[in-house]
Amino acid sequence: MLDATRIRQDFPILSRQVHGKPLVYLDNAATTQKPRQVLDALTAYYTHSNANIHRGLHTLSEEATAAYEAVRERTARFIGAPSSRSIVFTRNTTESINLFARAWGYRRLGPGDQILLSEMEHHSNLVPWQLLAKETGASLSFLTVTDDGRLRLEELEQLLSPRTKLVAITHMSNALGTINPIERIVERAHRQGIPVLVDAAQAAPHLPLNVTSLGCDALAFSAHKMLGPTGVGVLYAREELLEAMDPFLGGGEMIADVQLTSSTWNEIPWKFEAGTPNIADVIAFGEALAYLERLGMSEVRAYERELTVYAWKQLQGLAGVTLYGPPGDAEDRGGAIAFNVNGLHPHDVGTVLDAEGVAIRAGHHCAKPLMRRLGVAATARASFYIYNTREEVDRLLEALRTVQVFFNKPARAKMAA
Amino acid sequence: MIDQLDELYREVILDHFKNSSHHGVLPGAQVNVDGTNPLCGDEVTFHLKLDGDRIGQVRFEGKGCAISQAASSMLAQQLEGKTVAQARALIETMKALMQGEAPDAAVDLGDLEALAGVRKFPVRVKCAALSWNVVEQGLAQARPDATATQHSTVKR
Repeated sequence: MLDATRIRQDFPILSRQVHGKPLVYLDNAATTQKPRQVLDALTAYYTHSNANIHRGLHTLSEEATAAYEAVRERTARFIGAPSSRSIVFTRNTTESINLFARAWGYRRLGPGDQILLSEMEHHSNLVPWQLLAKETGASLSFLTVTDDGRLRLEELEQLLSPRTKLVAITHMSNALGTINPIERIVERAHRQGIPVLVDAAQAAPHLPLNVTSLGCDALAFSAHKMLGPTGVGVLYAREELLEAMDPFLGGGEMIADVQLTSSTWNEIPWKFEAGTPNIADVIAFGEALAYLERLGMSEVRAYERELTVYAWKQLQGLAGVTLYGPPGDAEDRGGAIAFNVNGLHPHDVGTVLDAEGVAIRAGHHCAKPLMRRLGVAATARASFYIYNTREEVDRLLEALRTVQVFFNKPARAKMAA
Repeated sequence: MIDQLDELYREVILDHFKNSSHHGVLPGAQVNVDGTNPLCGDEVTFHLKLDGDRIGQVRFEGKGCAISQAASSMLAQQLEGKTVAQARALIETMKALMQGEAPDAAVDLGDLEALAGVRKFPVRVKCAALSWNVVEQGLAQARPDATATQHSTVKR
């Protein structure tokens, strides 16, 4: 089992105070904190090897290029991709999905074609498809969600039509923590030859992930949700797909030859990396991957599972709190727990929790259609990572009791008197 | 920090949040205007009856945090009986106050002064300001002689 106490020593920010109280950081589904190893890699790069890559003949450029491309190799290994040629670096998950939607979809979709999504998608796996549908005349269809936040998989049979050209689906819901059975969805879609793109923004940081066993055709995630810096995203896609896709952005690096009126494209994956990439942050992301590899993703999953079961049980025991999504001990849920304190808007809850040093997310979690489906305007969300502890869950519970007392008017009136 | 929280959630704000006397619909209202804060999902709709240049009954409907809903309730209470010009002047004063401008000592804002507490919570300013922006927009578009119900939506 992971030793969270030891892990915490690698994260300088976790020893800071917020409003005079030790920080309890439970907003990991939004972004995680960064270990010293990642921070040091950033400094080391700028201190020792800073240079543009893929073009300089000098030592610094060679070092920077080697370090950058080594992270591509490491990323491919981390997700079980057969070749680093299928790894494209982007800015974030959102850009990865937009890249795929644009470069793969624009020429392949037309009026009457369908893209199958689900009601639980993050806006980043919904809006790019809306844009594509609008431009091409294609339409969107949706797997619906049960009251406990799971996909109705039985709908696949009827929703996968001869006109379905792509399935794009999240591996783990950022709002509810639901883990979707990607293998089953891929297997069913492939029976009709339909490719599947997986939004792994939440899965990559928290689950052992293998694109080969998942069988998916494309997969997107962000470095900053898995100990890495902001500004780095990954798009994995099968090499044949990348080969056949149009470029996304045009400019330097993505070309083979340029004439005044036309150009030819670089090989994959560089065809999709126009301009100077985020070299320093990609290199530092390599340290984040190394950190997670040392821990082992199965260990990460097991630790978070235990913490989630504990937190769910504690929250369930608190009167006046409503929980959303699959139950805490369910196989198919990760460590993001959505909840509401009855009678209160989550922003009021979040403000008081912040005063107690507890950082959570409150709002619609960029999943407005899902919120509507659940019949709520917004929820609070606590989400865990490798450095969170049971003591911190207890601090959350204590702070929630403070919230309830704070907004309990008769009690306040008495206190004032 | 709990002291600062008391500044944000003054007793009068919590009272308005829990027991608003102006919550509801208003058939026959000439001004009907709604708005949302897309980031947090606060929603509010205002209904105003106009009698010439004077504001009659006011009701609001809404969903959202304590700050946004209490601000709506306080605003609704203030609007009734004021002329449109007076209402506009008050809205201007309050928006400036919530955004951190020093209050004019000559003006007694009464309970409304409690809303100034949001200044120390930058992310909550928009919660308090929502209803004031919405009504400002509604009054700008209002035609007192209109008999038909007008409805407008404020895009933020």
